[in-house]
Amino acid sequence: MSTVKARLAPVTGHRLFWPLVVLVVLLAANTVYRPSFLSVELKNGQLYGSLIDIVRLSAPLILVALGMSLVIATGGIDLSVGSVAAVSGAIACLYISEQPDQNSLGAVLTALAIAFGIALLLGAWNGILVAGIGIQPIIATLILMVAGRGLAQLITSGQIITINSEPYKTIGVGHLLTLPFAIIIALAVTLLVAVLTRRTALGMIIEAVGGNAEASRLAGIRSRRITLLVYVVSAACAAIAGFMMTANVSSADGNAVGLWVELDAILAVVIGGTSLAGGRFYLSGTIVGALIIQTLTTSVYAMNIDPQTTLLFKAVVVIAVCLIQAPAFRARFRRRQAPTAPPAAPVEKQKEQVPA
Amino acid sequence: MTTTPLAARGPRAWWRVPQRQVPVLATLALLLVMYGIGVSQYRAFSNIQVVFNLFIDNGFLLVVAVGMTFVILTGGIDLSVGSVVAMTAMVSASLLNDGVHPALVLLIALLIGPTLGFAMGCVIHFFDIQPFIVTLAGMFFARGMCTWINTASIPITDGFWTSAAQERIRIGENFVTVSVLVALAVVAVAAYTLAYTRLGRNVYAIGGNQQSALLMGLPVGRTKIAVYTISGLCSAIGGILLSFYTLSGAPLIAIGMELDTIAAVVIGGTLLTGGSGYVFGTLLGVLVLGVIQTLITFDGSLSSWWTKIVIGGLLFAFILLQRLVGIRKK
Repeated sequence: MSTVKARLAPVTGHRLFWPLVVLVVLLAANTVYRPSFLSVELKNGQLYGSLIDIVRLSAPLILVALGMSLVIATGGIDLSVGSVAAVSGAIACLYISEQPDQNSLGAVLTALAIAFGIALLLGAWNGILVAGIGIQPIIATLILMVAGRGLAQLITSGQIITINSEPYKTIGVGHLLTLPFAIIIALAVTLLVAVLTRRTALGMIIEAVGGNAEASRLAGIRSRRITLLVYVVSAACAAIAGFMMTANVSSADGNAVGLWVELDAILAVVIGGTSLAGGRFYLSGTIVGALIIQTLTTSVYAMNIDPQTTLLFKAVVVIAVCLIQAPAFRARFRRRQAPTAPPAAPVEKQKEQVPA
Repeated sequence: MTTTPLAARGPRAWWRVPQRQVPVLATLALLLVMYGIGVSQYRAFSNIQVVFNLFIDNGFLLVVAVGMTFVILTGGIDLSVGSVVAMTAMVSASLLNDGVHPALVLLIALLIGPTLGFAMGCVIHFFDIQPFIVTLAGMFFARGMCTWINTASIPITDGFWTSAAQERIRIGENFVTVSVLVALAVVAVAAYTLAYTRLGRNVYAIGGNQQSALLMGLPVGRTKIAVYTISGLCSAIGGILLSFYTLSGAPLIAIGMELDTIAAVVIGGTLLTGGSGYVFGTLLGVLVLGVIQTLITFDGSLSSWWTKIVIGGLLFAFILLQRLVGIRKK
């Protein structure tokens, strides 16, 4: 018994173990409910199926959550991602809607460039507030979260802008190499972020800033610049997500685009094992977290439960995952099972101060 | 209600305002300026009823913001308030529809919020999980419960509720509603608790420095759980006031209210790191939000989204001010 336990320890102890178990349980529950759930078929050279749908729909969330992981790794938080997504989607749709030929690729690319540029500016604004002026991240980004929603509605004049542009629509629902285009974009951005952070020193530098900004500055890291950078990256990811969300429905609604996506993104990051206290981040965990959230949403739709009730399930999942990951809870649980096991490392608990 | 104790500073000259009261005074100045602009632009604005309407329309927000002030003073945050408000309104509407006695409904509705708050406080304290995530889960839970009860809006026709909603208490030419009195009572009790009781001292101490508070032997855990329970209770009262105001329970009502509440508390001069702030400031913060709303309504040509942009701008200005005051103190 104990040898089995010992042999399983590296598996169960892995930080992705519990999130993956939750994901597998969700998928299994769906398969039991609807046996055709796992089937993927090839139609007209394009892949279709529930699994593909889940990944496609979770693409915007994955993007936002990637940026959020980096911000949280520096001990910050970015509440403005939903508003940034709404603003960038609105600008892109507004520009395209004013063109004589909405299908021209040049016009669409210009629209994307303008919207992306403005999103970078918004990210820089967040970064300057946090790194330059030294405002707490949760409040600094709260400003843009509130004002950005107003800006998005100002851009669309409170209307829903509908566009009829094939190239723009491709971002949301197009296919490339049998896969939905959105999945490819998400994959590309994920790879880019992963290579930049894990194959260079950047990731470690970000974690150092999150661990202790002052110490990292004394060690020769330009910690303010790094903090500024992560907010710009987060806004850039949010902008691409905003393009996807608006392209999905070929319209921009300043009120609805990206509503509550910041909460989902934070959830995805936390479920993935990244602590809100900063100092560490796990991109793979974040992606699993985003997939869990989307699978949950899709299963609730598939099982004909009222969509709003998803929130109840989300609450349960969040609390369960957080409790499992909390050192205090584990220590309690472990003490009951094996009294000789040492409690959670005290060094780690020291840094558990609230960034929020 | 508290008054800013300017005179009680002993040997200091009376014009030297204590640093921690600068943000509150700035809010007061802003409120007066905005009211002045309103009066100079629109003749109807000078009617006293406009001021009373501020309280009537924002009574529930005021009560919820008072609860949030407690939580923020300890350095925490409560994102669940908007959903708890909606859940309370929903539960009361649904129970009243089933013919339950209003007094019993009132009791049940007032118990739900604090229970959820107590549970969240326990999770935050005992398992050492960030308040942000725990109250986020609470927010999802309460909102999910709303739609689980009913996906459509439930009207309230109960006699007690309608009379509470329509009762007008005359003050000279003008009137206020029962909700205003309840809201002001909550403000008074909260201000007294924070200023003159042991619990209030503990709240400030934890917000100032939790480690020091713990080493001083203060009941940190009990106080933390208490503030989330208080916030839950305030949200429950706010929910009942909201159901008086709208005479219905709707599953999607009060979405985004947590942001308005946090904005009101911050504009009212409470530091988000905790340890400094007054309930009186929160009252002013809520009034500032109310006056912006009223000004935009009076203007007529401005669209509603300007409210959000102005609130964002004000948040920025006040946080900058807090920051400047903080730097000067060092």
